Amino acid sequence: MEIFGAVITLIGSIFLLLGGLGILRMPDVYNRMQTGTKATTLGSILFLIGISIGHYECGCLGKIAIIILFIIFTNPISSNTLARAAHFAGIKLTSRSVKDDLKEDDLENKGEEK
Amino acid sequence: MSVTLSIIFLFIIVLGIFLSLIRMLLGPTPSDRAVAVDTITTTIVALFVLLALIFDRYIYLDISLVYSLLAFVGLVAIARFMEKGI
Repeated sequence: MEIFGAVITLIGSIFLLLGGLGILRMPDVYNRMQTGTKATTLGSILFLIGISIGHYECGCLGKIAIIILFIIFTNPISSNTLARAAHFAGIKLTSRSVKDDLKEDDLENKGEEK
Repeated sequence: MSVTLSIIFLFIIVLGIFLSLIRMLLGPTPSDRAVAVDTITTTIVALFVLLALIFDRYIYLDISLVYSLLAFVGLVAIARFMEKGI
């Protein structure tokens, strides 16, 4: 049981490390947002589940479940808000990016207003 | 779960925090720094839970919950500020 929990915790901590590495290496704000929120969300959920399996005798599983639910609810909201703020603050995409749906929507809305 | 194994996990996580911290210091725009801070806070929540179970002090679980809540509210406020100004 403890070995199973340790393996899941190791996978989660490697995901957290890869999230930090992607924050450092990615070329753009939006790509950094991808790695920095998705990999970190999955990594922290795996990490907390593995820890609570490994320490199942401590009687603190309810609080860890509350923390997991809170991470699931709040992490996408904060990443979406940050991406929207970066877009409307006028930060450019990298030169290798292909498509920008939000910019096209803005242009269409301005055309309808005219 | 033994203490040695927990210390190995702690070193892996702290390495990830340091990589994000380099981006937070280098970052060309304020959005980069905000994204790096978001990653660091989510990682530190996991780190607090690990420390709570290493030291057998379960008050750290409450601390990590309140920390994640305050970090969420603060990041949303920073994002609204960057989008529209005060």
